[in-house]
Amino acid sequence: MSEFKVSIVSSNEEIFSGTADMLYATGSLGEIGIAPGHSPLLTGLMPGPVRVCNEDKEETFFCSGGFIEVQPDVVTVLSDVAERADSMDEAKAIAAKEQAEKDLADNKDNVDFAKAASQLAEAAARLKTIQKLRKKI
Amino acid sequence: MANTKEVRKQISSIKSTRKITSALEMVAASKIKKTQDLMFGGRPYSEKVKEVIEHIASSSSEYSHPFYEERKNKSTCYIVVGSDKGLCGGLNINLFKKIVAEAAENQKNDVETSFALIGVKAVTFFGNLGGKVLGQATKLGDKPNPEDLIGLTKIVLDEQKKGNIDRVVLCSNKFVNTMTQQPTLQQLIPLSHGENKESQTSMQWDYIYEPEAKTLLDGLLTRYIESLIFQAVLENNACEQAAKMIAMKNATENAGDLIKELELLYNNVRQAAITQELSEIVGGAAAV
Repeated sequence: MSEFKVSIVSSNEEIFSGTADMLYATGSLGEIGIAPGHSPLLTGLMPGPVRVCNEDKEETFFCSGGFIEVQPDVVTVLSDVAERADSMDEAKAIAAKEQAEKDLADNKDNVDFAKAASQLAEAAARLKTIQKLRKKI
Repeated sequence: MANTKEVRKQISSIKSTRKITSALEMVAASKIKKTQDLMFGGRPYSEKVKEVIEHIASSSSEYSHPFYEERKNKSTCYIVVGSDKGLCGGLNINLFKKIVAEAAENQKNDVETSFALIGVKAVTFFGNLGGKVLGQATKLGDKPNPEDLIGLTKIVLDEQKKGNIDRVVLCSNKFVNTMTQQPTLQQLIPLSHGENKESQTSMQWDYIYEPEAKTLLDGLLTRYIESLIFQAVLENNACEQAAKMIAMKNATENAGDLIKELELLYNNVRQAAITQELSEIVGGAAAV
């Protein structure tokens, strides 16, 4: 086994898919190099470059964090685009909750469409009555 | 009998409604492509995360995560993905009906029900219904950002870890094609262990975890669930635009039919008025 499959994906697109004979990345405990036949490894990814080497070609991608999964013949890099921090998550959780409470307090909705729909229904109903009346005449 | 003025007024009002619906139809048609591209763009990530999660499930890990834990179902949380805007036919209501049916079933079995809501329409509907709402995310727009969903997901997952929620279900519309959208309920937690075909045939193995299994799995599983929810939002967006286009197309056609009928009526009324006037003149002349 002299090469392995590599796929690098971020949450909104596939960044790289192909084969390589060596891959370098910044793991959460430091720089790692992965050669074909590496034993299964699961580690976090630190912001930094991911280098994919194939024969004499080398491609570099920037990942702002995420995870890397290594199987003997497949390497999957799950990259985050969004900046992440636990403190940020917390703030967002609070914001989402507050929004829900606020909306419960004042129950409003966009009524424009409902208005238009009821107008159309009314017009149709009126037309029907007119037609019925005409038949009677 | 209706007079000509009244019918004319109606024709012009329906015409202006038709203008609106046909404009909305065109807007939806132009957005379909974009939302579908986003939906397909998000698929590789969710597929890859799923693969990794399946690998983890088939490995004999030293650490068992709470998301895999099968508990007695006492409390279920529904993460509902709805659209922000209406005018998209029965898209939202078909999904909501399904959830309400399940919630009623839950009530019978003494299972508590709570909701985490995405989209203005979901918030309005379940707010009026009066369920327990854990959190909400609205106005994500045509290009949703994964960051906007982090807060909502965190609330639900934290409640699950605390033991307040035993089951989490993701409710959204699946995009089949432009004509068909399928309302689906998908169980997120407990995660299924999958079919352990591999582990039966091959040896037991485990990952080398760096730094440690707990933190890594925690992060990865959270990311997995976030990606599923995000993908559902993208898919729902594509569904919304498709459903909107069809609904507006029908509305435009109906308005056209209505205008035709009204125009016929208008001509009849006008002709009747003329005939009446003529006969009056003739009658008057005869009297003289």
